[in-house]
Amino acid sequence: MDELMLDGNAVAGMLSEVFAVEITTAAMTCGNCGTSGAVGAMHVFRGAGIVMRCPDCGHAVAKIVDDGTRMWLNFGGMQALEVTR
Amino acid sequence: MEGTTVLGRLTWQPADVTGVVAETPRAKTIAFDVPGWAGHRAGQHLDVRLTADDGYQAERSYSIASAPDGTRVELTVVRIADGEVSPYLTDDLQPGDQIELRGPVGGYFVWEPPLGGPLLLVAGGSGIAPLMAMIRLRAAAGSDVDTRLLLSSRGWDDIIYREELERLNGHGLTVTHTLTMSQPPGWAGYARRVDAEMLAEVAPGPAERPLVYICGPTPFVEAAAQALVGLGYRPEAIKTERFGPTGS
Repeated sequence: MDELMLDGNAVAGMLSEVFAVEITTAAMTCGNCGTSGAVGAMHVFRGAGIVMRCPDCGHAVAKIVDDGTRMWLNFGGMQALEVTR
Repeated sequence: MEGTTVLGRLTWQPADVTGVVAETPRAKTIAFDVPGWAGHRAGQHLDVRLTADDGYQAERSYSIASAPDGTRVELTVVRIADGEVSPYLTDDLQPGDQIELRGPVGGYFVWEPPLGGPLLLVAGGSGIAPLMAMIRLRAAAGSDVDTRLLLSSRGWDDIIYREELERLNGHGLTVTHTLTMSQPPGWAGYARRVDAEMLAEVAPGPAERPLVYICGPTPFVEAAAQALVGLGYRPEAIKTERFGPTGS
């Protein structure tokens, strides 16, 4: 187990600057195993950037880098992000 | 999905410190008035940003400990000796000071009275903060939903909100402490880390389908969540808020 692991909740503040809807209750579908779960339940690892991993298979579903001026979001590891208006 | 609301995008906003109260030798509660605060839900958190004179900025997330109450927001911060943000918040901040906040954020780790119960709340150290917001909201709303709180602290003097929890105990709320490192003379309660046996004794049974909220250091949350799944609780009803390594 990685002691530095956090939950999807941990990136809610950062993502709230981009998304106009509450994002931790949005459903993210993993691009590897197809499991769907709340963004708040994803596993989050912080390093030079942020990696969000599927709690079921560990696949990197999203990567985020924020340099203070620009935010770079790679959602290539997910099949879908479902938000409710 | 329940609880999803259109918020609009969030930005940093100024917050005025209105009070600082020592909770334990290492933890303080800081009260803020946030002009224009849109209100929060029990369990949500916010981000704090500090800016040094040279422009260097540091951000940290803290759970909101107070129940929704207008533009007032309370955070409980544990001082980390070599921390970058917490020593400033606990040692230097005074009423009248101003810092920047962004929030509230997170609709996932949230409880409100219409969600009902029974509730199982499991906290390690300052992980009690968002669960305290739920307990305070529950009390303010006059709810008597069956609520079991299992709070793990290092010692008696390290129990955050100890006296308030004693006052609120009853009316369907059962508070159980475990003291992992030191115990006062005559202590008859738990004196070890949270484990499956302890959870089985404290929690409503799996057949009662409790809503479970666990908050604390990552190893604490992992151990508690895995033990509960092993005891037969529904993984989808277990919500977690991890705040990193022990002591951070």
